[in-house]
Amino acid sequence: MASLASIAVARPRRAGARASRDRAATALSLGFVTTVLLVLVALPIAALLWEARSEGAQTFWDSVSSPQAVAALKVTLGASFAVAVLNAVLGTVTAWVLVRDGFRGKSLVNAIIDLPFALPTIVAGLTLLALYGPASPIGVNVAYTQTAIVLAMMFVTLPFVVRTVQPVLQELDPELEQAAHALGASRATTFWRIVFPNILPGILSGVALAFAKAVGEFGALVIITGNIPYDTEVSSVYIFGRIESGDAAAAAAVAVVLLAISFVTLLSIGAIRHIATRHERA
Amino acid sequence: MRRSGLQRVGLRFVALAYLALILVGPLAIVFWRTFEDGFEPAWNALTTPDTIHAFKLTLIITAIAVPVNTVFGIVCALAIVRRSFRGKGFLNAFIDLPLALSPVVVGLSLFLLYGQEGWFGSWLSDHGIDVLFALPAMVIATIFVSLPFVAREVVPTLREIGDEQEQAARTLGAGSWQTFWRITLPSIHWAVIYGVILTTARCLGEYGAVAVVSGRIQGQTETATLRVQESYESLDLAGAYAISIVLASMAIFVLVAFTVVRPREETA
Amino acid sequence: MSILVCNVSKRFGDFVVLDDVSLDVESGSLTALLGPSGSGKSTLLRIIAGLETADAGEILLSGKDATALAPQKRNVGFVFQHYAAFKHMTVRQNIAFGLRVRKRPKAEIREHVDELLHLVQLQSLGDRYPSQLSGGQRQRMGLARALAPEPQVLLLDEPFGALDARVRAELREWLRQLHDVVSVTTVFVTHDQEEAMEISDQIAVLNHGRLEQVGAPRELYDEPVSEFVMTFVGDANHLGGVLVRPHDIELWNEPSGDALEAMIVRVTVLGRDVKVELHDGAGAEIVALLTRDQFDEGGFWRGQTVWVSPQRERIFAEAG
Repeated sequence: MASLASIAVARPRRAGARASRDRAATALSLGFVTTVLLVLVALPIAALLWEARSEGAQTFWDSVSSPQAVAALKVTLGASFAVAVLNAVLGTVTAWVLVRDGFRGKSLVNAIIDLPFALPTIVAGLTLLALYGPASPIGVNVAYTQTAIVLAMMFVTLPFVVRTVQPVLQELDPELEQAAHALGASRATTFWRIVFPNILPGILSGVALAFAKAVGEFGALVIITGNIPYDTEVSSVYIFGRIESGDAAAAAAVAVVLLAISFVTLLSIGAIRHIATRHERA
Repeated sequence: MRRSGLQRVGLRFVALAYLALILVGPLAIVFWRTFEDGFEPAWNALTTPDTIHAFKLTLIITAIAVPVNTVFGIVCALAIVRRSFRGKGFLNAFIDLPLALSPVVVGLSLFLLYGQEGWFGSWLSDHGIDVLFALPAMVIATIFVSLPFVAREVVPTLREIGDEQEQAARTLGAGSWQTFWRITLPSIHWAVIYGVILTTARCLGEYGAVAVVSGRIQGQTETATLRVQESYESLDLAGAYAISIVLASMAIFVLVAFTVVRPREETA
Repeated sequence: MSILVCNVSKRFGDFVVLDDVSLDVESGSLTALLGPSGSGKSTLLRIIAGLETADAGEILLSGKDATALAPQKRNVGFVFQHYAAFKHMTVRQNIAFGLRVRKRPKAEIREHVDELLHLVQLQSLGDRYPSQLSGGQRQRMGLARALAPEPQVLLLDEPFGALDARVRAELREWLRQLHDVVSVTTVFVTHDQEEAMEISDQIAVLNHGRLEQVGAPRELYDEPVSEFVMTFVGDANHLGGVLVRPHDIELWNEPSGDALEAMIVRVTVLGRDVKVELHDGAGAEIVALLTRDQFDEGGFWRGQTVWVSPQRERIFAEAG
């Protein structure tokens, strides 16, 4: 073992060299990603925030609390909440049918769910107008009403809850429900006490995504709602109007409100995910 | 689990009615209305110079945005999954941001950055570069809104595969690029393809952000989606429907691609 | 190629994975890194391969300092416990990978791969995908793949850990035979002392990141330097403060000297030997191994009270 001792003394430690090469590669890829994100995402958002405060806090507050802006926000939030609830129920039912039921054409139905992801929002609005507008072949005309807002929002948010609940339902071990039945639980009890708690995180994150999409929706609403101020004008359309009139500061102010709502929604989705997986980390 | 026949049929009815009323019905009507008066009016509407230009513009923007976001998405996913660094959660949230933002807000923020009175506005006009109300702004806006898709698809797949195959490749003598090209990329390629399909659909269908930054100058900065709105506003319903049909057909094509690729993406 | 591990240490946060480990692996030998989970053996192997870096210490390959060298440059073959098969490539392509990366001519690659397929007995499966192979076949492919670029060192990380007992025994034997043919310096990690004892030239026993003992299997069995080594390599009984191997326990029909009193609770005939399980006064278990002759001579039976004493014992300085 004399060789070991002499060599160990003679050479300096170079164990850190490899680690630093790894760090360099990390830094390079991170640098690329950060640059893109910075130029593309962070900078514009910064410009937005800057503009919103550019004329002072008072102007910001005035813009945000102007009657038309407030009305638009009320309409937006009201409709979005309604849509979120509707999605929670109908989306879950649809996911249930897709996972638990079997009928001819089910795979076709499954494929259709993604249509709102693929279809341009402006086209969505137009197609809804065709069926539920003035020229409706079935005599249903809800154009230029708040119902139209809900309808359009339902279209674009349809896939969200369905697609977040589907995989969870699929993964759910049927033996859980079988065990509950063997222990004497009714179908309803089994659903509410066994299935529901497991799919709830999926429902919630789908609802949060749907809510965020609905609050910010623009293209689908532009045609069918008529954008009547104080009635069917949503915040996104209001902002657009302010931009067209050259009032960038007012637009920015309301935009910041929407931005904040988006952020909060994103954070809550992250929180839901975190809570939902706590069982796996415990 | 056995349910009573009535309950099962009931649920099925609710789900199918929901889909029919919200999705299928409206789309079917549009298809009908477009060809109600025959093929010609639709064709004429589609072949006006402005409309052709609009389609071209849409395709050009998509052709630029999709590769950019693909490369970004893959690099991002590799950084998130394979490397450790502070602020990873922050990065994750930032990537998801475009999904939760209203397109109008996106358009506005770009407007404020590149517009005349914007941060870069004076520098750009001094150098004679047109960003706003021109192609560059529209491309940037489209890249912004379709940013997350590839990354979000690749991240879970990368995580699931683990890096043992990459370690094996390194012990066998492969360098970083060789390892990426021969081992990593082939194992994520379905996820990448799926992400690319999602990105493409988003780019083709973008409206709000592009509406703000383009100025909607007919024959110059109108994309196909903007053209639909334009046609509707000028009471050219036939034109609006016709363009919608083309876009809807593209969407259905995308849907078919989903259905084909998704199972492979999930089981890969 | 010889391997010299010099004073290697590594920690993950507060957890010390390896504590000043030094090891000398002779060129052409088959060495086992043996220890329980968490002993640091896999980490040490990966440091030798270059897949992880040590916080302190050096790795010398054939006398040259390889500590800062990337795994690509070390020319080591590595076999993973869960195969790390390239799922999108066929068996042939997997094996050929190391050669393709070195840009060898296609004809040469094909020939070499054929040889290796023959060596690992997967000749007819060359065009299958890993998912179509059994675990044992996948691991043989893993071995062939690691050997293809003719590495100077072959490292195996619990190579048979994911396989069932029978396949494990077969492959273990087969690895020894392979080593005799190919004679490349081989180091493998295992927690199975039987495996280590059966096929290695020398065994390095690790415990909590520290190297407890290095030596030939017999040396470890007969002259363990610590209680840990004695109880980990082979069986050992606590007999009133000393450690005794089962076959070193003598049974007496009458009290004799310092012999402890114990009761026989079970007798199992294992072919030529007889396993006698006893409970001492405190109810602790003692396992003795007698030859058939010894057992018959003593005329022992279940339930009998006997006296046990060690023929050969070991006492270690560190308490219990």
